[in-house]
Order: sequence, then C-alpha cells, then structure tokens
Amino acid sequence: MIHIESILNDGVKTIRVGGDVDASSSIQLDTEIKSAIEGGDKKILVDCSKLNYISSAGLGVFMSYIQDIEANNVKLVIFGLNEKVLNVFEILGLNQLLKIENSTEAAKAYLNEI
Amino acid sequence: MLSRKAISQFALVIAVLLWISFMVSDMFLMFGNTSNIDSGISDKLPDIIFNLFIIAIYLFYKFRIGRAETVNFTDLLWRIFVTGLICTIISFILKLFLLALEATRLAQNILLLDFVYLINLVLITVFLVSTFIVWKRLILYQKTKFLVRIWNTFEYILILSIIYSALPFEIYPNLTLYYVVLLIIMGLFLSANMRWVAYLNFKQKWKSILLIFLTLLYLGYFSSNLYGLINAENQFNTNLWDNVFLLSLIAFIFIYALFSLLVILFNLPTSSVFEKKLEEVVNFQKLSQSIQTDQSEEQVYNILLESSVSTVLADAAWIEVEDQNDLFTENITKHKIDKIKSQIDENTEKGNKQINRLKGVGFKSIAIFPINVQSQQIGTLALLKEMGDGFDKDSANIIKTFVAQTEVSVENSRLINQALENERYKEELKIAKEVQTSLLPDILNKNEQFDIKAFSVSADEVGGDYYDTYQINDNLFSVIIGDVSGKGTSAAFHMSQMKGVFQSLAQLGLSSKKFLINANNAISNCLEKTSFITVSYFLIDTEKKKIEFSRAGHCPTIYYSKKSNKARFFTNKGLGLGILRNGDFHKYIHVNRLTYQPGDIILLYTDGISEARNKNGEEYGYDRIKKVLDTNTNETTTIIQERLINDLYDFTGSSFINDDYTTLVIKFNN
Repeated sequence: MIHIESILNDGVKTIRVGGDVDASSSIQLDTEIKSAIEGGDKKILVDCSKLNYISSAGLGVFMSYIQDIEANNVKLVIFGLNEKVLNVFEILGLNQLLKIENSTEAAKAYLNEI
Repeated sequence: MLSRKAISQFALVIAVLLWISFMVSDMFLMFGNTSNIDSGISDKLPDIIFNLFIIAIYLFYKFRIGRAETVNFTDLLWRIFVTGLICTIISFILKLFLLALEATRLAQNILLLDFVYLINLVLITVFLVSTFIVWKRLILYQKTKFLVRIWNTFEYILILSIIYSALPFEIYPNLTLYYVVLLIIMGLFLSANMRWVAYLNFKQKWKSILLIFLTLLYLGYFSSNLYGLINAENQFNTNLWDNVFLLSLIAFIFIYALFSLLVILFNLPTSSVFEKKLEEVVNFQKLSQSIQTDQSEEQVYNILLESSVSTVLADAAWIEVEDQNDLFTENITKHKIDKIKSQIDENTEKGNKQINRLKGVGFKSIAIFPINVQSQQIGTLALLKEMGDGFDKDSANIIKTFVAQTEVSVENSRLINQALENERYKEELKIAKEVQTSLLPDILNKNEQFDIKAFSVSADEVGGDYYDTYQINDNLFSVIIGDVSGKGTSAAFHMSQMKGVFQSLAQLGLSSKKFLINANNAISNCLEKTSFITVSYFLIDTEKKKIEFSRAGHCPTIYYSKKSNKARFFTNKGLGLGILRNGDFHKYIHVNRLTYQPGDIILLYTDGISEARNKNGEEYGYDRIKKVLDTNTNETTTIIQERLINDLYDFTGSSFINDDYTTLVIKFNN
C-alpha cells in the first residue's frame, strides 16, 4: 500500500510518500511528481521518511524525471530514506543523479541555496 | 418382424378375399332359400366370414393409422372424413341405381336387394372400424396407465362380441341387449378423454368441428339407409341389428363424435388464450435453449425481439445494446426511435417503465425493459403499441422473464468468449515463455580453469532476469548477469533486447567499461522512460588469471578469496543502464581488476533473492547470501547454488517468490 500526499507551502511542494511503492502503486507516485513538475513547481521536497519499500518500478519513476528536472531548473530533493531504501538508491546509482539528504533541514537548506 | 406397412397390406388382401367370399356365400345362401334348394352350406357361414372380415379390416386400420400427435389431429379427422365420403358416395350411387330400377321387376328381386344391402354393410363396417381406430388414437393421446387398462378391457369385450355374434345359439335371453348396454356405458366413460382438443388452435378447432359434424352425418345416413333396407325386406341372412359389435361401434362412435363436437365448440372462445400461453411457453423454451446452444448474442437478441413482439402482440419494438452499439428493430425506423427516445428522456425514472402518452409517432404506449448483464445495464428492450395503455401487468411479467432469460444467455455467451480469449492469451504466453526460456543459455561457456552454474526462476510466465556467457577466444570469456526493472511481459521484452546487445557487443572483446557505455547507448534507445536494466559485466582471462568487471547498478558482486578465506562485496560506484541517456554515463562506471586464485568464488544474484521477504516482511538480505557462501566455500558451484536457493526457501517459507530471481556461481579450479 502506498500513502501519498502533496502540500504546497511557501513555494515548496512537499510530496510525502509512505508505505510500499511497487509496480502498481508507482503510477500514483508518477502522477504526483508529474503534476508538480508540469504545474511549474520549482522546489520539490520528497519526504520518504515513511517509505518502507521501493521496487525497481518505483525507482524508474524517480529516474524518469532526472532529465526533466535539469531541463526545467527544478530543484528536487529526496530525504528521510531509511537505510534499506537508501541502499537500493545507491546500488542502482541514483544517489549520484538525484539530490538525497538525511534530514528535513538539510533538504530545505538545499532548496534555499541560490 | 414384419413392418407395420406389410401387416396392413396383408390384412387388406385378406379383407378383400373375405369380403368376396362373404358376398358369394351369402348370395348363394339367399339364392338357395328363395329357390328352395339346399345350398349345402350352413346359414351361419356368411356370419362367420363377415366377422372374420371385421377382424381383418380392424387389423388393417390398426396398423395403418399411426399414433396421434399434436400436429396430426386434424389429419386423423380428415382421414375419417375421406373414408366416410367415399363410402357414402358408393352407397348413394347404389341407392340411385335402385331408384332407377324401381319401376322394373328387377327392383323386387330379393337377390339384388341383398347385394346392395351387403355392399352397404361392408361400407359401413369399413367406415366404423376406421373411425373407431382414429377415436382410439385420440382417446389414448397422453394416456394414463388407468386409461389404457379401461381401453384394453373395452376393446377385448368388443372383440369378444364378434365371437359372441358368431355363436349359433342364444346363451341367455336379452343378453345381446345387456352386452350392448355394457359397451355403451364403457364408451361413455372413455368419451370423457379429450386431451387432444386442448392442443388444437383456433383454426384447427373450426376444421375439427366441421369434420366431426360430417362424420356424424355419414353415420346417420348409413344407419338410416341400412335400417330402411332391412325394414323393406326383413329376410337377409346377416342382420346389422343382430351384430353386437357393429351396434356398439355405432353407439360409441356417435357418442364420442358428439362429445368432441360439444367440447370443441365450448373450447372455442378460450382457445386464443390457450394459444397465447402456449406461444409464451414455446418462446421461453427458445430463449432457454439459446443458453445451451452456441448462439451468438445477435441471435439471442433477435429471439427476444420476436418472442416479445408475438407474445404481447406489440405493433413495433426495438432492442438497443449500448455497449456494442447494436440496434435491433421491428416495424420501426431509427428516426422514429430517436423521436420516441426524446419523449422518454423527459421521464428520468430508471428501470422498467411504461408511458402511455406518446405523441406524434403513431404509437401511444411504450414499455421499456432494461437488459442487465453482470449487474450492469447493457441495453434496453422497448415494446410499442398503437393503442394507449397497451401493456398490462401480466404481459410485463412475461417480458421480464424473457429478458431475464436473455440476460443469462448473453452473459453466458460473453463468458464463453472471454474464456476463449483468455485461453488464447495463455497460449500466447506459453509460447512467449518457451521463446524466453530459450534466451537463457542451457550451456554456459567455460574451460578447465573454472566452473559456472546458473539458476533462474520467473515470477510470471516470462521474466526480466538475464544471464549469459560468451567465449571471445580460447582464454577470454565474458559473463553477464542482469535484471530488467519491473517484471512480466514488458520486462521480458527488454530482457530479450539486452540479450541482443550482449551477444553483439561481447564478441568485440571490449573492456568492461566500454562494454557498458556501448550497452547503455544501445539500450537507452529501446527502453521506455521509466525502465532501466541493471547488469554486472565480467571479463575472465584464464591465461593471465585476471578478472575485470564493472557494475551498472546491479546488486553488488560477492567475491570469495581463497587466500584470505574471506568473502566481500564489491559496492563500488555504478549506474543502471538506461538511466542516463546522455553522454555522461561513463562518469559513473568503475572498473575492478583482480587476479584470481584457485578456489576463489564469484557469487552473482539478482534483487529477487536479496529482497525476497518472509512472512514477517523481513528481507532475505545480502548478509544471508554471504553467509551461505561463507559456509560452503569448499563445495562445487552446483552445491553452492542449491544451498543458496534452499536457504532462501527456508527463509521465505515457500518456493514462491513474487519476483524473478536468479543466481550465478563461478568457481576457479585448482
């Protein structure tokens, strides 16, 4: 089961992702990120502190926006990954292409950099 | 056994012969009497021959006239009518002949009168027996056991009367009378059986009335004619009124004809109702049968349309099947339907409805019935009548049962189609599985320096895990293990693309980094946006005893070194193929180089193993994989692979893992 919600606050779009992101639920994650980027949000915070498991399809969603993020000058930061999920990101190598922070503060600090 | 036809023909021949001998013997006797010459034959002989003749005629008709069925009641009656007509005409001609001779002396000739009388007697016998057999068929239509017993008794007593008539003496005074009365009472009882009348339609009833009426007329004519002849010269040898059999037969036939006539007459007014009910049943049966037979949906709708229209006598109707955009119509145009629909839409009620105030379309009332399949409305049946308030509750109920039957038929036919389609998909998947299984190599390239063993299982029919080997030259081997993101059919397609990429690039003998860069370029053009492939690529040089390998986002390789007696993970950097589709991919690839020693082991696997969960939701994890290797370093590749998979199954509690999982073990020999 996936739990997902989006909040827009002070120009920062926060997407909270919780539960398991598998092949079928990854579509919801895709929809949220897509609407944020296409909606013109420039600062996107992906809160994964409640994320328990992510499958390759879920990783594929994050991966598919790497080039869109660069092209649209969007700052997207993922934070709160637990050890297991972070390991999955790292093994695939996505941590080299996506900004991943440990804490909310670090993530917000990154968004507020100029 | 002789056929019915043969028996009846034989009986006919016998009957004709008996008829001739009856005529000759009787005339001979008569001649002897009038001339006072002893003819030398008993006066009982003609009687006996006549009774034999009756039996022959009886047999003839018994085998000639078949069983009564719903379709042939009027045919049976028609047969009597024709027989009666022919007999009457012959008898009439004889009468005219006698009239013409009235003035002459010949008319007084007792022999001639006897001849005419005998012919008439034979004619009435034929007519009576044939009618009797038809009556029998009609009475025994839908017979009960009890009825059959009564009838058989009746028939035996009748036949017995033939023998009785032939007796040369009277057993008991007035016995003949009692005998006839008994038969008449039985005949009365049997005449109450008229089930066949109910199955006649209106037209057939009228026809039957006419035919039975004519039968009665013939009967009256014959009886009076014979009576007249007997009265005129009461000295014939064979007297009709002495013959219990014929007398009872006349009485019985008369009674049954009269009863039938009255019953049919009284049934006339209700026959249309009965006919309608019968039609409903037939229509319902038609619809029910459409469940079993493989009729198409279209045929089922057509049956519904026809049945409904004929049952409630609608003037027009249509069936609209919304989910297939089909329209079936009866006596109505599409244009008119649209016009009527615009009037219905004002009335927004759902479900069955009736409107009695249609305007400007030539119809006043309409009844609408929804057709639901799998609790979804798939269409509507609309019935129209020119008169207002044309649909009562009864007809609505009937149509509802028709619709319900149709729903079952349609659902059935759809389910069958779905099942067939599923079966086809399954077949396709089976083929896909076979094709894909052939993509994973049966035999892995190796030489005496190392052993290699692979094991792979897909969660679905087809999967996205991949491994392969290629021998570049005598001493140079390339090995790959890969995992396509996602699973199932799309993963399987990408896996086959990866196979193509590996087979074409491996033979170039590229370095591991070059291989991955080229593979990334090639595969990026083939994958959709959210898909990627993780691989680990190995070059094994058995001459220099060197290994070079790179990781493209794949699960870290576990390497056991015999020398240090330790296994470790190679978690250096890497990036899955297809993630970065521009030229920067090379920045993320690391190359490992090492020299192997005999006894060293490389253990490769996909995330199906490391991420397999037990029922508590725990993952199998890298450490458990490593532990299996640690404890089995002296074993062969096959045993290491088996131990790993068994340990995995022990952990998960079953051999069903909801992902593709693969392992590849390489061990260097001494």
